[in-house]
Amino acid sequence: MSPDTVQRAARTPDEPQPWADLGLKEDEYARIREHLGRRPTSSELAMYSVMWSEHCSYKSSKVHLRQFGEKAPQTDALLVGIGENAGVVDVGQGYAVTFKVESHNHPSYVEPYQGAATGVGGIVRDILAMGARPVAVLDPLRFGPLEAPDTLRVLPGVVAGIGGYGNCLGLPTVGGEVVFDPSYAGNPLVNALCVGVMRREDIQRSAASGVGNLVVLYGAKTGGDGIGGVSVLASETFTDTGPTKRPSVQVGDPFTEKLLIECTLELYAAGLVVGIQDLGGAGLSCATSEMASAGTGGMRVELDKVPLRDQTLAPEEILMSESQERMMAVVEPAKIDAFLAVCAKWDVLATVLGEVTDTGRLVITWHGETVVDVPPRTVAHEGPVYHRPYERPSWQDSLQADDPSRLARPSTPDDLRATVLRLAGSPNLADRSWVTDQYDRFVLGNTVLAQPEDSGVVRLDEQSGLGVAVATDCNGRFAKLDPYEGARLALAESYRNVATVGARPLAVTNCLNFGSPEDPEIMWQFAEAVRGLADGCLELGVPVTGGNVSFYNQTGETAILPTPVVGVLGVLDDVARRTPSGFRTPGQVIYLLGETRDELAGSEWAHVVHGHLGGLPPRCDLQAERELADILVNASRDGLIDAAHDLSDGGLAQALVEACLRYGVGARVWLPDGLDPFVGLFSESQARAVVAVPRSEEVRFTDMCTARRFPHVRVGVVDDGGPDGAALDVQGLFRIPLDELRAVHEATLPASLATPTTPR
Amino acid sequence: MRVGVVTFPGSLDDGDAARAVRYAGGEAVGLWHGEDELRGVDAVVLPGGFSYGDYLRCGAIARFAPVMRSVVDRARAGLPVLGICNGFQILAEAHLLPGALIRNDVRTFVCRDQALRVENATTAWTSDYEAGRRIVVPLKSGEGGYVADQATLDRLEGEGRVVVRYVDGNPNGSMRDIAGVCSEDGRVVGLMPHPEHAIDSLTGPGTDGLGFFTSLLTSMGAAA
Repeated sequence: MSPDTVQRAARTPDEPQPWADLGLKEDEYARIREHLGRRPTSSELAMYSVMWSEHCSYKSSKVHLRQFGEKAPQTDALLVGIGENAGVVDVGQGYAVTFKVESHNHPSYVEPYQGAATGVGGIVRDILAMGARPVAVLDPLRFGPLEAPDTLRVLPGVVAGIGGYGNCLGLPTVGGEVVFDPSYAGNPLVNALCVGVMRREDIQRSAASGVGNLVVLYGAKTGGDGIGGVSVLASETFTDTGPTKRPSVQVGDPFTEKLLIECTLELYAAGLVVGIQDLGGAGLSCATSEMASAGTGGMRVELDKVPLRDQTLAPEEILMSESQERMMAVVEPAKIDAFLAVCAKWDVLATVLGEVTDTGRLVITWHGETVVDVPPRTVAHEGPVYHRPYERPSWQDSLQADDPSRLARPSTPDDLRATVLRLAGSPNLADRSWVTDQYDRFVLGNTVLAQPEDSGVVRLDEQSGLGVAVATDCNGRFAKLDPYEGARLALAESYRNVATVGARPLAVTNCLNFGSPEDPEIMWQFAEAVRGLADGCLELGVPVTGGNVSFYNQTGETAILPTPVVGVLGVLDDVARRTPSGFRTPGQVIYLLGETRDELAGSEWAHVVHGHLGGLPPRCDLQAERELADILVNASRDGLIDAAHDLSDGGLAQALVEACLRYGVGARVWLPDGLDPFVGLFSESQARAVVAVPRSEEVRFTDMCTARRFPHVRVGVVDDGGPDGAALDVQGLFRIPLDELRAVHEATLPASLATPTTPR
Repeated sequence: MRVGVVTFPGSLDDGDAARAVRYAGGEAVGLWHGEDELRGVDAVVLPGGFSYGDYLRCGAIARFAPVMRSVVDRARAGLPVLGICNGFQILAEAHLLPGALIRNDVRTFVCRDQALRVENATTAWTSDYEAGRRIVVPLKSGEGGYVADQATLDRLEGEGRVVVRYVDGNPNGSMRDIAGVCSEDGRVVGLMPHPEHAIDSLTGPGTDGLGFFTSLLTSMGAAA
C-alpha cells in the first residue's frame, strides 16, 4: 500500500481522518490543519495524536504546573530544572545527581508484569539520557484491598515485573511504598523512581544540534508493541465494555536495556554524543520532534531505515511504536565510526536514520516519499493548553465535618494492646518483605540503607563516602480530606524520611496521580494539590526538579484517592554517618521529638478499625518539619543518635513496633504525662520522630533540642527484656513480646500472596 | 595475586566481585566474554547477573562464550574458579560442577540475608573458615534451587563436596539444603549466595563473605 504522502494530503483535503479514534478532539484536529495549512498525512496525524495526548503534552496540567517554576525557592543546587528528561542537582564534590518518578498505572492494570517492568525501564532510560549512570530504583505502589481477587492478580504480577526487570538490569531497589485502599481496586498505581549519578561536567542535553550531524537510532528493533499506548491507554478512562487493550502494552527486555546502559555510558565517556534522548511514550514521534525543536531547528529522517521486528509495520505505526530499549543520539559525522564500534562491542544495533538541518522543519520520508513535513515545535511544544474548569466538590464540606471524634476509642490496657497488634498486622502497616524480598537491593555494592528503612541510601563515592538518600511518600486519605494540605503533608513526610536517615533534603520530584481532569471536582483536587506542593517546596526551600502527571485514574465515575506522590532527595557527606531505624543497643534512651495532638482524621487507626474517612488531616507545620530535620541531620553528623524513625501511619505505636522488630531488640516505654494513652499511641500528628540516644550523648542531644526550643520528651529505654525476652513494654498499660508482635506483623502479606510449595 | 573477573553481557555483580578481590588484598583483572585470553590470572571469578539475559536457561549461553573455553581448560588443570549465583549456574552448565539450578520452589525471586554453614573448609575458596562456622551473606536469585540425582547427592556428601549449606530455613527448595558445591580437587567452587556482598558492614549484612576471597590468597600463599 502506498503511504499517505504530503503531496497526496495536499491533493485530498477532504479525506476523512480517524482523529477521534486516535484520541484527538475536534478542535485539536482543526488546530493541526491550521498549523500545517492542509490536512495532516496519516503519519503526521499519528505524531500529533500521541504528542498532544494528555500523557505527553500535559495539556490539562500545564497551567497549574507552572507554579513549580514560579514559586521555586532560591537554590544553587539546581543544575537542570523542569523540562528536560529529568532534573539535575549538584550534590557536591563535583557530582551531579538526577532523579525522577513516573507512572505506569494503566499498562500495569492491563498487563501487570510487563506494565510494571517497562515502567522501570522507561524511567531508567530517562535518567540515562541525562548523562548519568542509573544507581537505584524506588517503587511507590498502590493496590485495591489486599483480599480483593483482582489485587491477587495485579500485585504479584507488578512485583514480579519490577523485580524481573530491575534485578536483571542490575539496579538496586532501595525503597518505595506498598499501599492498599479500595479506591485503587480497578486502577492500581505503579510509579517508579530512578536515581542516577554523573560528574557535573557530564550532563547531556536532548537537542539535535549542528547542521549535518547524524541522527542515530540504537538499541532494540522496533515492533508493534505499545502502538497508541499513550493516546489510547494513558489518556482514556477504563470502562467495563470495549475491546481489550492488551496489545497496547509494551514488552520489556531488561537484558537489552543493560547493554544499552553500558553502551551509552561508554559512548558518553568517549565523547561521541552531541545530543541524546530516550524513546519512551510516543516513541520516535517524541524523540524526533523534541530533539529537533530543542536544537538547530530541523531534522531529516529516513523512516524506512528503522530496523523492524515486524516488517509489516506501516510508517504511522513505526512513528507511534513504544517498543522499549531504544535511544536516539546525534553524532558528528567524523565520530560515527567510533560510535558504531562501541555499539558493536556491546552487541547493540545502531542505525543512521538521517541528519540535523536548519530548515526549521522535521521532514520524514518513507522510501523516498515525504510522509511528514512539520514545524517540530508544533508537535512537541505547541500542543493545546486547557484551562479546565475546576470546582470544590459538593461533598467536601460534609467530608470534613465528619470528624473521627464520634468513633469509639480503645481505653482499657487490653484494648490498647489489641489495637497495637491489629494495626501492626493490618495490610498497610504489616511487614513488606514478601514484596521487597523480590527486589535485589545489593547489586552495585553501594546500598547503605534499603526498605524498610525510612529512606533508601546509596553511596556515590567509595573514597569520600558521599551519598544520597531518597524517599517517596503520599497519604491519599489526607489528600482526599484536603488536597492542598494533603500534598504538603506528602512533601513533609518524604522530607522527614530523608532527614531521619541523616541526609540534608535537597530537591523534589513528584508523580501526581489523579482521576479525570474533565471532572471539575477532580480538577479542583489537582489544582489544590499542585498549589499546596509548590507552596510547601518554597517554604521548605527545596525545588521541584521534575515529575509526571497521571490523569484518568478512575474506573467509570469512581476516581482514586488524589495521590500526589512526592519524592525527596537528600545528601549525606559521609554515608557512614547514616542513621538506621531500628533499636539495637539496650540502655539507650528513647526520645519522642515533636508535639502530639489529638489528630486521628484520615489515620490508619480510623481506616483499619472503623473504615472511616472524614475530618481535617493533621496540621502541616513545615517550619516544625524544618527544625526537626535540622536536629536529625545534625544529630547524625555529630554522632548523638544511634537510631531514628519517623512517625507517620499508625503513629507512635507503629513506629515503636517497627523500631523494635528491625533488630529484635525491645523497648520499655512510658507515655508522656498528661497525654491520653490512645492519642499518644495512635495520633498521626506530623513533624515527629523517635530517636535512640546513647546515654553518653544524652545531655548534648537534649541541649541541642532545648536550644532550638523543639519539643522533646524522654519516653523510654531500649531494652532486651532480660530473662522475659525482648518485648515492647508500655509501662502501666501492656507488654507485647516481640515474638508475638513479629508473628502478627509478618503473617499478613504472605497469608494472602504466597503460593504453597511442594518439597523436592 | 591476579584474580580475573569475567564480564559477560548481562553480568551485574562483576564490579562487586572485583571490589571483594581488592578488599582481600588481591588484584582484580577484568576479563571479557568475547576473548579467550585469561591475561595471566591466578584464579577466576564468574560473577552474578543474568548473562545473555538468562534467556533459554540460566548460564546455558554463557557456557559457550570464548572466555569459557579457556576457563574450562585451565580449571581442569587446577585453576581456582569461584562461580557466584549466575557464575554457579554457568559452572553447572559447563559441567565443571555437578547438578543443576532450577526455579525457586517459592516461585518468586528471593533476596535476603541468608544464614549458611560452611561444611567444607578445605577448598581453595573456604580455607580461611573453620568447618561448621555459621555465616550470613546475601542470597538473591530466582533460580537457585539446587538439584541432582540421589547418587550424585550421595557422592557429593560422601566426598565432602558440599561446601556451604542453608541453615535457619531453606529459601529455595535446594535438595539437602545445598547452597554450594565444589569440584573433586576443591579448586572450583560454585554457590548461589553472594559472598562479595558481605565484605563491608556498611553495604552488606556483615563481613562474613570476605573469607572466600582471603581464602584464595591464603591457599595460593601469595597475599599481595
